[in-house]
This record gives sequence, C-alpha cells and structure tokens, in this order.
Amino acid sequence: MELSAKDLALVRRLSDGLPLSERPYAELGAPLDMAEDEVIARLKAMIEAGLIRRFGVVVRHRELGFRANAMVVWNVPEEVVSEVGRQMAKAEGVTLCYRRPRRPGRWDYTLFCMVHGRDRAQVEALVAQIALRFPYEHKLLFSSRRFKQQGAIYGKVA
Amino acid sequence: MDEIDRNIINSLQDGFPLTPTPFADAAKALGIEEDDLIRRLQALRADNVLTRFGPLYNAEAMGGGLTLAAMAVPEDRFEKVAEIVNAFPEVAHNYAREHALNMWFVVATERPEEVAEVLEAISAGTGLEVYDMPKQEEFSLSLRFEA
Repeated sequence: MELSAKDLALVRRLSDGLPLSERPYAELGAPLDMAEDEVIARLKAMIEAGLIRRFGVVVRHRELGFRANAMVVWNVPEEVVSEVGRQMAKAEGVTLCYRRPRRPGRWDYTLFCMVHGRDRAQVEALVAQIALRFPYEHKLLFSSRRFKQQGAIYGKVA
Repeated sequence: MDEIDRNIINSLQDGFPLTPTPFADAAKALGIEEDDLIRRLQALRADNVLTRFGPLYNAEAMGGGLTLAAMAVPEDRFEKVAEIVNAFPEVAHNYAREHALNMWFVVATERPEEVAEVLEAISAGTGLEVYDMPKQEEFSLSLRFEA
C-alpha cells in the first residue's frame, strides 16, 4: 500500500493517540482537510494492509501488574529454528517470538521470545515448561530496569 | 482499577470500532455509557496504565526501519550511557538486562537505511560496540495483556 502525503499526515497526527471525544475521526481529519468518512476509510485500509497491527488501548505491562519480563534466548540450530519458532510462539506466556542472527564468539542465540509474568517465579515456571518441550540451551535475561517505553515516531515530514 | 477498567483493557486492545461514534459503540458493547468510557480511558492514561489509545504501527510495513540492539556497558558508566542512548528519538524502548550484554534497546527509524546511522551514532557517542540484532523472521505478535 502506497501512503499518500495525506495518509502520512494522518499517521503523524495519530501517533499521539486518538482524541478521546465523541467524534474522534472527524476531529483527526479536520486540520488535514479530510472528512470523517475518508479518515475511517484510510484507517481501514491501513489495518487491512498490515500497516497498523492493532488499534485500541496500548498498555504499559508493568503498570498492569506484569512486573517481571524476561527475554528468553535459545540456541536453536538454523536448520530447525523456523519450525521451533512457529511452535514456541504458541506456548503459554510467550508474547513475542523472533529469529535473530548469531554473533559468533559473542552471542549464540538464534531464537528470542518475550515471556511476561506477575513475578520472576511465574516467568521462570513458564520458561521451565517451554524448555521441557524445546530442550535447547537457553538463557533468561530479566529486565532490571526500564529506561524508556514510547511509541515509535512515524510520518515525520522529511 | 476496578472490574470495568479491566474489562476495558482486555477488550479494547484491538478492533476499536471504525465508525463515526466509536466510543459510543464500544461503550455499548461493554454495557457502560460513552462518557464513562471516555472518563475511564482518560484516567487510565493519566495513571500511565495506557501509553496511549490508538494504533500500534508496523514499522517495517510503514516503510521504516526497526531493530533490536545490545551493548555491554560497564556498570559504573551505565546511567550516563543510558542517558546518551535514550536521548535519541529513534530509541523506542530501552531495558537493562542481566547479561554481559546488559543494555537492550529498540531503534525505529523513518527509513530503513537510518538504522545503521543511528547505531553508528550511538556507538560513537558512547565509545561502545553496538550489536545489531535485526529480526530475521517473526513467529507471532500477540502482545496482549490480561488486566
């Protein structure tokens, strides 16, 4: 999907969030000279094209009580990493699952998943369950501090 | 946070109505009044439970660049380095993690080629090596949380 200049302006206006008002799409469109139905149609198209993954509340997991999160990294051989990734993504507690490159001598892990839980013990128990099914060498990298969590910024005018 | 707030968070993480009066429609589905829904969303945002209300963009599909990067930061320089890294507007999240590679951050840029430029600038600004760990394959994005 090609984004027009108007679409980009809409994306930029939306990056801070939808106005919490009765007619938010009309409000969004007004300064861009876009009618309400045009805003709605463009947003629908962006969702359909996968440019917008989700549309709704974006939560801070820590404030919701998910105080522990571990990035769990697995040393899975390249030949099977895609299949293992597809399966592991469905395991309980896994919110994200990606394949990333090895850095020989520094970093041996090819599969990354995020596991969130209320506390460390819960995360460890979830990972132990996953490791029973996928017995690859792995490490839990708990986050000790969060420095920054913000939405990425898109649609800046070049 | 009460039962209604939890309901709102659990049911509005995706699929917000694209209709002229979306808050009224969403409120109806939740069995509450529109102004109650709006007030609660304002409060949840003020309390920082929500970062925002709206789209979660797919950086790559938007034509942008995205990567995860890691650094091994000496403990005594950690705060200073975090300040330098976080000052880049392209750094979306940054977490301290327990490993030799102890700082992990996400870089999102307008154009794909800018990722390398930002990582180089971070490396130059901190004097540390930055390990780029771009996504090669994605198996899920079900980043939903039960309240």
